[in-house]
Parts: sequence; structure tokens; C-alpha cells
Amino acid sequence: MPVRQQILYLWLAEGALDTETVGWAFHDGTSGAGPQLPEAEPPYPTGLAALQQGWFLIQSPAPYALHAGAEYEVSYLANEFVFERRIDIQG
Amino acid sequence: MPATNHKLTTEEMARFVADGYLRFDALIPEAINQPIIEELRALESNKINQIFGQPADAGGPPRPASLTPLSQCYPAPSLLGAMLNLPEVQGIIESLVGPDPLFDHDFVHRLPAGSTYHQHLHVDAVVDSGDPTFDIQLFYFPHAVAPGAGGTRFVPATHLRRTRAEGVSRYQHLLGEQQYSGVDGTLMVFHHGLWHAGQPNPSDVDRWMYKIRLNPSVSQVKRWNMDDFERIHNDASDHTFALMRHDSVAQILRTMQPWQKGHESRYEQMQRARLWRYLSNDPGFDVDYYHTRIEQRGRIAGEQR
Repeated sequence: MPVRQQILYLWLAEGALDTETVGWAFHDGTSGAGPQLPEAEPPYPTGLAALQQGWFLIQSPAPYALHAGAEYEVSYLANEFVFERRIDIQG
Repeated sequence: MPATNHKLTTEEMARFVADGYLRFDALIPEAINQPIIEELRALESNKINQIFGQPADAGGPPRPASLTPLSQCYPAPSLLGAMLNLPEVQGIIESLVGPDPLFDHDFVHRLPAGSTYHQHLHVDAVVDSGDPTFDIQLFYFPHAVAPGAGGTRFVPATHLRRTRAEGVSRYQHLLGEQQYSGVDGTLMVFHHGLWHAGQPNPSDVDRWMYKIRLNPSVSQVKRWNMDDFERIHNDASDHTFALMRHDSVAQILRTMQPWQKGHESRYEQMQRARLWRYLSNDPGFDVDYYHTRIEQRGRIAGEQR
């Protein structure tokens, strides 16, 4: 059976994987054939909860260098964790 | 000025600094809301014709050019001009960007019934400058918009984040995001940096919204109704971890949105304090001592050189 990837982005409150989800995005390589997630609320309360439900972490944010003069700026959400799960679908 | 009695309060200004928007339900009277659709329809046609190099012959008022003072845009008998000249609207505009700002651009956003048009979150224009000045964008909804019926989606308090316009499209959902719905004649005013997105309109009613961006042409310092300023404008000692007030500008600026959790919110507070310093012309203003602590040590370091 062909395998397709589902990708889940979680933006967490802080840099630790067990902190609270504040943002999320879901991209479904199965085009709806695989299990779905709720859209109107965080699919998992923390990154750790996603791991416990079978998601595999494929990227976590590394600490980044601070640039002089911009240490207190706010920009993109820093605590971006990316997960995947691979779904067997009917060929 | 007709705006004198309709300017924003200090408390409203502080909420704008914290959240990046203010909302005024049913501000525009029905005498404008109902007939203005025909004028918006003509403007929309003319704009589209212009984009495609066709004659702008749909009628309606002449379209202003960028850099035109607002007072010269949409002269009578334009209903858009009448809306923009309402004392209540002038009071909001003048409080935020000073008298007679410059026309940047406007656009009629009509979402036909059943439209599946869907935007990612974005910031208008390009990555922002580093100074605290700002433009405003008025979002005028002449007709009622039911929940989920194509109202603009936006994320409160994202306005001070310096990002590329398209760089925030990766965030499908953030805690505390809102999708506009409301009654006839509601006006929202956004800081230009607020993240927002157009949404589908699954209803059977066309959704109309008129958006106009205005640039300040003078300093934005203390343009609002100052009656409550001395009462709630705090000094730098208003500090959660020492002695704090619950009735101050600082208390409004330390109120976070659901997506702003953890230590990250301290940097948000610093950015809000920086904007309030500009608006209030008080370089010593602070929220929870973050700027003051660092600046005090900086002065000492400077003295020892």
C-alpha cells in the first residue's frame, strides 16, 4: 500500500516540548483518506501530547543567536515544532 | 473641529496599543449604510477596470490618488465622503493618526454569496520600519455579517511583530483569533501591522466591506481626548513583581491574548511600552520595569567610560 505523509505544525508557548499549544497547522498528504484533526481548537494541548498520540517529531526550534539592537524585537513565532505521521492508504 | 467630542479616550488608545484594533458596532447610521452599496459597486467596477486598462466609466465618485489629504477625498455628494466625515469617524481617525491624514489606498472587498475565496494570514504591504509610527486601516461593514459569513479573520495583538507580509501564512490557526461578524454599520480600525485574512462566504448574502488605509502626516503624539490621561498614565515603577496598579495604562498593556503565553509576553510588553512612549511623549514610561532596568544600567556603564 502506498504511504503518504501528514504534517502537523505546533507553535508552543515556550521552547520546551511540553508547553502549551498556541498555534497549529495541518497538511494532509492523504487528501482526506487518513485520520483527520479538529480545526477549530488545538489538536493537542502540548507537543508532548502529540508524541503520545503517535506523531513523530521531525523538527524542533534551536536557540538562535541574538542580534545586537534587536534583542527585544518580536517577529515570527519562535517555538515551531513539526511532526509527521505516515499513513498507509488504499492504492 | 467636529471631532473634538468624539476622540478616543486614553483607555481606548491603550487598548489599541495592546490589541492592534478597536471595534465600533453600529457606528455608521442606516441613512448611509443602505444606499452606499451602489457607490461601492461603482468603485469596485472602476477599480477593476483600471487594473485591466479599461475606462473607469461605472459612475460614482472620482477615485483619489495616494498622498491626497483625506479632506479632499470623496467630496459631496459621495456617501463614502459622508461616512468618513462623520464626527464619530473623524474623532477616531484624528486620535490615531492626527488631523487630515493622507490617503494611501482603499478597496471594496465584496465576497459574493457562496464564495470559496480563502486567504492565508498576511500583513498588508511589506515588512515594517523599526520606528513606532503607524498607519491605520478602517474596515467598514455597511451590512450585517452573520457568524462565519465571510467576515475578515484577524489575530488580535499581532500588530507589533515585524514580519514579512507573506511570512505569517504558515499559521493556520492561533488561539484567540477572531472572525468578524456584526451588525450594520460597524467600523473596525486596525493598526497596519495586524495579521488578517479574507474568508469564504458560504452564506446566501453578498458580503460588502470597504477598507481604507491612512498615513499620518503629522506627529501622532497625544492626539486623543486627554481627560483621563493623568489618571491612568503610570510611571515606570508600575511593576508586577514589585508594586503594581490595576487602574493604569500598564495594566491594559500587560493584558495578553490567548496565543501570548509564557515569557514571550514580556517582549510583547516591551514593544507596547515602546509604542506608548511615542504616543504619550514619555520616554520614561514602562510596563513591568523591563526597559527601565536595562536603561539604568546602560547609563551607569556610560558614566564609567
